[in-house]
Amino acid sequence: MSLERPETSESKSVQRHSADELADLLGDLVIGREEHINAPGYVIRPDSVQETLSLLKNEAGFDHLSCLTAEERADRYESIYHMKKFDDPTQEVSVVVPTSKDNPVSQSAEPVFRTADWHEREAYDLVGIEYEGHPDMRRILLPETWQGHPLAKDYDQERPQVVSLREHANPLQEDHRDDQDSETMYLNIGPHHPATHGVLHLECTLDGEQVADVNPDIGYLHRCEEQMCQNGTYRYQIMPYPDRWDYISAGLLNEWAYARAAEDLADIEVPEYAQVIRTMGAELCRIAAHMLAVGTFALDVYGDFTAIFMYAIRDREKAQNILEDLTGQRLMFNYFRLGGVVWDLPEPREEFFEKTRDFLEELPEALEEYHDLITGNEILQSRTIGTGVLPPEVAKNYGATGPVLRGSGVDYDLRRDDPYGYYENLDWNVIVEDGCDNYSRLLVRMKEVEESAKIIEQCIDILEDWPEDERNIQSNVPRTLRPEDDTEIYRAVEGAKGELGIYIRADGTEKPGRFKIRSPCFSNLQTLPEMSNGEYVPDMIASLGSLDIVLGEVDR
Amino acid sequence: MSSDQPFVTDDSQVLTDTRDARLAGADNRFNSKLREAFGSSPFILTKFDKFMNWVRGSSMFMLQFGIACCSIEMMHTYAVKHDLDRFGAGVPRASPRQADVIIVPGTIVSKFAPRMKRVYDQMPEPKFVVGMGSCTISGGPFQEGYNVIKGAEEVIPVDIHIPGCPPRPEALVYGVAKLQERIANGESSPVVVKPYELEQFGDLERDEIVDQLAEEIDTDDLVMRYNWADSP
Repeated sequence: MSLERPETSESKSVQRHSADELADLLGDLVIGREEHINAPGYVIRPDSVQETLSLLKNEAGFDHLSCLTAEERADRYESIYHMKKFDDPTQEVSVVVPTSKDNPVSQSAEPVFRTADWHEREAYDLVGIEYEGHPDMRRILLPETWQGHPLAKDYDQERPQVVSLREHANPLQEDHRDDQDSETMYLNIGPHHPATHGVLHLECTLDGEQVADVNPDIGYLHRCEEQMCQNGTYRYQIMPYPDRWDYISAGLLNEWAYARAAEDLADIEVPEYAQVIRTMGAELCRIAAHMLAVGTFALDVYGDFTAIFMYAIRDREKAQNILEDLTGQRLMFNYFRLGGVVWDLPEPREEFFEKTRDFLEELPEALEEYHDLITGNEILQSRTIGTGVLPPEVAKNYGATGPVLRGSGVDYDLRRDDPYGYYENLDWNVIVEDGCDNYSRLLVRMKEVEESAKIIEQCIDILEDWPEDERNIQSNVPRTLRPEDDTEIYRAVEGAKGELGIYIRADGTEKPGRFKIRSPCFSNLQTLPEMSNGEYVPDMIASLGSLDIVLGEVDR
Repeated sequence: MSSDQPFVTDDSQVLTDTRDARLAGADNRFNSKLREAFGSSPFILTKFDKFMNWVRGSSMFMLQFGIACCSIEMMHTYAVKHDLDRFGAGVPRASPRQADVIIVPGTIVSKFAPRMKRVYDQMPEPKFVVGMGSCTISGGPFQEGYNVIKGAEEVIPVDIHIPGCPPRPEALVYGVAKLQERIANGESSPVVVKPYELEQFGDLERDEIVDQLAEEIDTDDLVMRYNWADSP
């Protein structure tokens, strides 16, 4: 036994840089300064993106490119790189890259952060900025035949666009895509396929039975969410949309992402009582979301549509019933309001508490069943342990978050690292597994359910003892919100799949000037080729299942 | 155990008991309304078409097809609590070749519409479509989006629309039951001609039948209806 004091994880402190220190670090690269609500912004020239980003990444430790927002302004195009630290996500910095109106070309950040690949393709697709040096500058969400960039200013929203019948061409007509000598075979999986969790299209190149390359083709559920939010007023019209991003019952978690950003933007307080209700509701949603993730993962790995899937749905149904009592809706809750929640707990309260307690009481036993059926099952173990390996550095480089990142052994959870709601005052743990494979991602989800149950239990105790005349569910919020012109904010919460962030730029009206959604699934899905190259096809399907993507959130 | 007395069943007694139970008495499980209607004869007379419609309505094979939020509720409809199987319509088929009902659960966007049309075309006739949720009916909350098709009806014929965002599983069960009722009564949407079927005709040797069939096709109907300007 050594007398040395054990090193605690608390002692891990991350160096903080003031805005001026960062400016000194960047030196001549900075051509202007901006102040966003969340972070300082540095304006740089479009040809020095890589240099700036690698300086910030290597010298200052901003190793998480969480989001890239692109926008057309009145006189320029603009890309904003939102950077964070995995060790301390409260330290943020924005890099603003303006480009000219007539020649919107900016240097690609892809060599510095792999995650910029898809984010820049999306910016090109929707806004029309081109990124120089990008490996694969194509449209990502809209069909190849699409004309114009829908979030650009000169785009005519009324103009019909016809997707021609050429889209009907059978992609399987030629099995060999490349030249005759090639040994590989081209295989489409999806967009209609039971294992793709929605409408995802995987363009696979097979070498024998092994995956030589896989290219996820997304955009089959691109529902123009960002545009819909830009057309809605802050106070009421945006809130229904978050429910429909991650629609696997993670509604409240998504609503919180918008609520957090908009409340910080418009400086709205949320009463403590409402925070507790929010926390409880959000964790119920997380349980429901993880249940389905576990059920469909079992479905993917050994096609078990009978037992595990039904068990998972059974327990999900219980969580949904409680959420239905709470919010009045089954799937699309629309329960949060800016400054609180829309209703108090249902009356009679005792009944609600009892129902929730019963659910929590039965949960350990149910989870035991899952462990028997899934994680303890040798077949599943031999199919998932050591497959779909995602090393932590790769995961970070791709901007993966949530259970995917924690399954790779990176201790990153915004609920703890960038606290919001009532999480700070509760006793729970962040689950981290360092297996980096499909199995550890599954394990993280199963254990997170237990942690969520812990949180809910504490919330219920708090709510039960709350004095009756202090049950304040909403603060005073003006009927019409008009945040000041040109205020910008990026705020994220820990959704069921990872970091769900919202960027809003206010333009002085009651509607946002730019509304950007940073969805965890979009970044997580990017890691699929990394995980599955060289694996067998069924292992690729398992990897896809372990990522737990929701196409509503990937495509938005 | 003694073996001097072998186990003997008095089968005359068993037969009588069973027969008695079937005909009348305490256990009347077998004496259904249908049996009463039949009388003593095990035969019924009906039209073949009518019989086939009843058969189709009573055993529906649903395509396992998920698009968006509604598909989560659809999964719940198939699963433990609501169990669509009880209504004779709950075997999800992974292949369109084995299915005769497609539930369209979610928003259809321009990139996906041709693919969905293709899946629909691959289903064998007769086939039926259930439009689930507001997006499938009209584009729903996303109707004003630049990319969203304003309802599945723009692409494939829909038999039953189930409103809601998303509809509860109960609503889907009700919609499917209504569809079954319609099928059993011989009502369903007209069958559409597939655009590339004409091309396939083109490959055929032009004998009399092909000529006759080709003449019956109205070329105006052949293109997928993507009429954005006129849709609501």
